Amino acid sequence: MDNLQLKKTANAVRRDIVTEVYSAKAGHPGGSLSAADLFTFLYFEEMHIDPKNPKDPDRDRFVLSKGHTCPGLYAAMAERGYFPKEELPTFRHLGARLQGHPSMQYLPGLDMSSGSLGQGISAACGMALAGKIDGKNYRVYTLLGDGELEEGEVWEAAMFAGNQHLDNLCVIVDNNNLQIDGRIDDVNSPKPIDEKFAAFKFHVIKINGHDFDEIRAAFQEAKNTKGQPTLILASTIKGKGVSYMENQAGWHGKAPNAEQYETAMQDLDRIDEELAKEA
Amino acid sequence: MAETKKIATRESYGHALEELGAENPNIVVLDADLKESTRTSYFAKKFPERFFDCGIAEGNMMAVAAGLATCGKIPFASTFAMFASGRAYEQVRNSIGYPHLNVKIGATHAGITVGEDGASHQCLEDISLMRGIPGMVVLNPADDVEARACVRAAAAHEGPVYMRFGRYAVPVVFDEDLKFEIGKGRILRPGNDVTIVATGICVAGALDAAAALAGEGIDAEVIDICTIKPIDEDLLVASAAKTGKVVTCEEHWITGGLGSAVAEVLSEKCPTRMRRIGMKDRFGESGTAAELVAKYGLDGAGIAAVTREFVRA
Repeated sequence: MDNLQLKKTANAVRRDIVTEVYSAKAGHPGGSLSAADLFTFLYFEEMHIDPKNPKDPDRDRFVLSKGHTCPGLYAAMAERGYFPKEELPTFRHLGARLQGHPSMQYLPGLDMSSGSLGQGISAACGMALAGKIDGKNYRVYTLLGDGELEEGEVWEAAMFAGNQHLDNLCVIVDNNNLQIDGRIDDVNSPKPIDEKFAAFKFHVIKINGHDFDEIRAAFQEAKNTKGQPTLILASTIKGKGVSYMENQAGWHGKAPNAEQYETAMQDLDRIDEELAKEA
Repeated sequence: MAETKKIATRESYGHALEELGAENPNIVVLDADLKESTRTSYFAKKFPERFFDCGIAEGNMMAVAAGLATCGKIPFASTFAMFASGRAYEQVRNSIGYPHLNVKIGATHAGITVGEDGASHQCLEDISLMRGIPGMVVLNPADDVEARACVRAAAAHEGPVYMRFGRYAVPVVFDEDLKFEIGKGRILRPGNDVTIVATGICVAGALDAAAALAGEGIDAEVIDICTIKPIDEDLLVASAAKTGKVVTCEEHWITGGLGSAVAEVLSEKCPTRMRRIGMKDRFGESGTAAELVAKYGLDGAGIAAVTREFVRA
């Protein structure tokens, strides 16, 4: 998929995210939108996956360690064909497969249940370790929030991944600089993030998490890295694509009202119009 | 029952893993810097490529085990009961229990018989914590034979299992040909006057108590409940209906453990007067295991005293 296609798909993912959260009247749009380009690249370019065969033992795995941003994951999965897009508005509703945080018991295609911060990266380490034991070539990807790095378990897992030389593991940090209570710098800063992971024996790549050339190059570099896991530290904008949500901590976990929903859709329409001109 | 051989169930855990490792290549063992104490060192020595020391990071170890299970491995995650059920509770709940993954937790050094290490390491709440997790099987074997059978049954069971083992050498009460099934309790001594329901190290004490009481004209039925969850309701109800009096005994706080589990069943299905023997609302302390078991009334004498008073009241 070329960059223009990726951008268009990412914009569709953003529409889906806003629609899910609006339909649920709850959820986490900010960190879903900041990671929309990453979700898109992973599900449409990077991972060796088949929506028709979600249990293939040789597939690549993805663990959304920052599970609260599952509107983004569900959107990418639906766009990729794991389930009908019509199901997206059931997000967080009683009886829905799209639980408030990802549950593999409910939705086939999820490689792990997650939501309690810090645990997903550990589970991803376990999957990568299993691949090593079995001599398989699959890769394991896990996406963390920057606020999530305040959880001690992240560093237990990082220590383990480095010491076990899990070069089939790629950790991505969505560095949008905001958490529920405000700027991560003000709450309990985990910075410097790059130096910390490097100290835990990771190969570290820093990118703009909204630039598909940089995203593509980073994942390629991660694949070429042997003997150690990779961290992709992706600098992003929380709420990216929706004018009034961008860089606002208040949109971490809040649903738009009807008027705000219309505004968001207009914002995303404008992006589509601009992308149409690029073609 | 005349055997006097004593073996700590952590020892049984280590040997059973070593055996199973040869039979099933999907079994992997994780430990958190305690492999000599938990006895996973036996497995580690034979199968180094399937043993992973996660270091002193129990929360990570549990979720790593979860990830391994999603890929078809049967991980046995091992550490002391305090850390397996306490420190890593939320990883066990959310990353193992909620997705119902095929992880086996081998928790050694449970209860007061940790002894000299004192209260910080004497986990008396793990049964309570683990049986609260939906779908979690909780096993608390009484001796070496039952402990090895537990490990084998856990490996064959599809889903999460918590196994509780001890540091203290306890009498071997079962014959080698013991038939073990998850969810089934067993009557070790039939009786008519009172039912003593025991688990773990208290099973040997309950048998001692029943023998002593028999000499006083009290005919006690002794039931071994190794599977605390799912508990053998039919067996408990039948015995309670027969004797009309039930005593529970466990090396655990009296809240949330075996006594609570039995009370939950009987209060709904066969309301029966009960006495619960276990650690009262207090922490343990340093001392030898034997001293502590005697001080807190978890031995034959302690169980007999409560049962005698109850029957005669």
